[in-house]
Amino acid sequence: MNEELRILYNKELVKLAEKDPRIMVLDADLMKAHRTDIFKEKFPDRYIDVGVAEANMVGIAAGLSNMGKIPFVHSFTPFATRRTYDQLAISVGLANLPVKVVGSDPGVMAELNGQTHMSFEDAGIMRNLPRFIVIEPVDFIQLKKLLPQIIEYQGPSYLRLNRKEKRVFFSENDNFEIGKIFEVKDGKDFTIITSGIMLYEVKKVVDMLESEGYSIRVLNMHTLKPVDEESIVKAAKETGKIFVVENHSIINGWGSAVAEVVSEHYPVFVKRIGIRDHYGFVGKADYLMKKFKIDSQSIYESIKEGLA
Amino acid sequence: MDKATEIYLKKKAVRVRQNILREIGTLGVGHIGGSMSIVEALVVLYYKVMKIDPKNPNWEDRDRLVLSKGHAGPALYAIFADIGYIPEEYLDTLNQPETKLPSHCDRLVTPGVDMTSGSLGQGLSAAIGMAIAAKLDKKDINVYCILGDGELQEGQVWEALLFGGNKRLDNLIVFIDYNKMQIDAPIKELNDLEPLEEKLKAFKWHTQSIDGHDINQIYEAIKRAKENKEQSSVIILNTIKGKGAYFAEGKLSCHNMKVSKEEWQKAHQLLEEEVKKYE
Repeated sequence: MNEELRILYNKELVKLAEKDPRIMVLDADLMKAHRTDIFKEKFPDRYIDVGVAEANMVGIAAGLSNMGKIPFVHSFTPFATRRTYDQLAISVGLANLPVKVVGSDPGVMAELNGQTHMSFEDAGIMRNLPRFIVIEPVDFIQLKKLLPQIIEYQGPSYLRLNRKEKRVFFSENDNFEIGKIFEVKDGKDFTIITSGIMLYEVKKVVDMLESEGYSIRVLNMHTLKPVDEESIVKAAKETGKIFVVENHSIINGWGSAVAEVVSEHYPVFVKRIGIRDHYGFVGKADYLMKKFKIDSQSIYESIKEGLA
Repeated sequence: MDKATEIYLKKKAVRVRQNILREIGTLGVGHIGGSMSIVEALVVLYYKVMKIDPKNPNWEDRDRLVLSKGHAGPALYAIFADIGYIPEEYLDTLNQPETKLPSHCDRLVTPGVDMTSGSLGQGLSAAIGMAIAAKLDKKDINVYCILGDGELQEGQVWEALLFGGNKRLDNLIVFIDYNKMQIDAPIKELNDLEPLEEKLKAFKWHTQSIDGHDINQIYEAIKRAKENKEQSSVIILNTIKGKGAYFAEGKLSCHNMKVSKEEWQKAHQLLEEEVKKYE
């Protein structure tokens, strides 16, 4: 696939919007960054750019959805979540309105925009809000299959979108369901649970470890909330140790969610591999992944340590 | 407005005030100040202006109201009980366990509440979204939004005013309940809004500033606002906080105050005498 996720996402949204007149798109002066101009061109009446005013954007989306629309609102992850948190909690969550929040450039993928535009806590704080579901797709195929389910879900959602992603991991035959962990591969010695772009790093790590003779179960947890307790407990029972790898803070993210489930239902060793209580920094993704120790080599070492 | 209608609405305003006293008096504490100051505007809207169906609070084609100053919920509930959206007995349950009448408006809890509100500053954005949606669907629906004056200190309100002024939504009418007091101090001492009307004009709104307790002025202002098809409209209601409750009226302490049984029943009785003047 040659096109970036942001382009494929908008084209897909246009397709869905052709069949569903409720779908609208809002942006806050980042139309070109999100390529929501693709939607605007097709449905100018159903597109609103509010300017640099994310709180107002979320409020307007709440009003639109209160009248039967399904608005998708866009910004970089910190502005889509942190800046608008009380608006999301009250005007959207408490009011139970189906506003679909899209946060772009998750974690280190904010790259050269650096610390101000980088959030390691967005998925965690959105997980805290009742009624919100939280989803992070790996690639376009996964996104394409989850998008209609997000629209169908009659409450609010948060989607973490790596807008410039071009890589494809899954095949068209793979099927995904909100709230259901996808088993990438089975294995019996231990489990790695991961999400989003980290799956590509995990794939490298698995190759390294399997050449050493380990049998590893790899689970893709594209839905942070609702948590698929069943698959997590099953992995704990069948493989013992669990490693969770995320492009997010280890506080309140995927690792926390897995640890909570395991500690309540079937305690096994859980190691969280992610950003360790840090603000962001400026740099290309490969540099930042090394800096924050979520590149394949660091993950490999971290897992070896956990296995010892 | 003809004389008979005017008297009808004035009597309704008294009844609504009595209901507010009953709600807050039964509980013994509540947001009396901002509930009392907005009574006439709500009465003109619900009994004269807004397209609603008392039998069906969820009627799809109804006009909408966003009470952004959600702490004035008791004023809204007082009307809902009178028009039949909710049973009258609900008025004795304000903020009691499992109540249908929470201190701040919740669209999932109280029939007739069009939008959840009360975290100040958020209502106007939602009202703008609702007005845009009505236009997109080519529906003849007007959206009304009531802001508190203290609430205007929230940044999001000015984001929304900037956007709403530029969008020129002729189906949106905003009221500012300008009772000139907030919790900690008079507005002008804490963080002054003046010159308020000039600011709103500069944001491209059609503005009017009127006596917020004058039924006729409110009605005429809404008419003028509707006639203006070029702009979004805002009406500044010059009001008195706590209006109609002798123990609260004009007092800084009345934002959220304790109310004794004697106080509310005496205030209730005084209003009963006022209503006799219209008979």
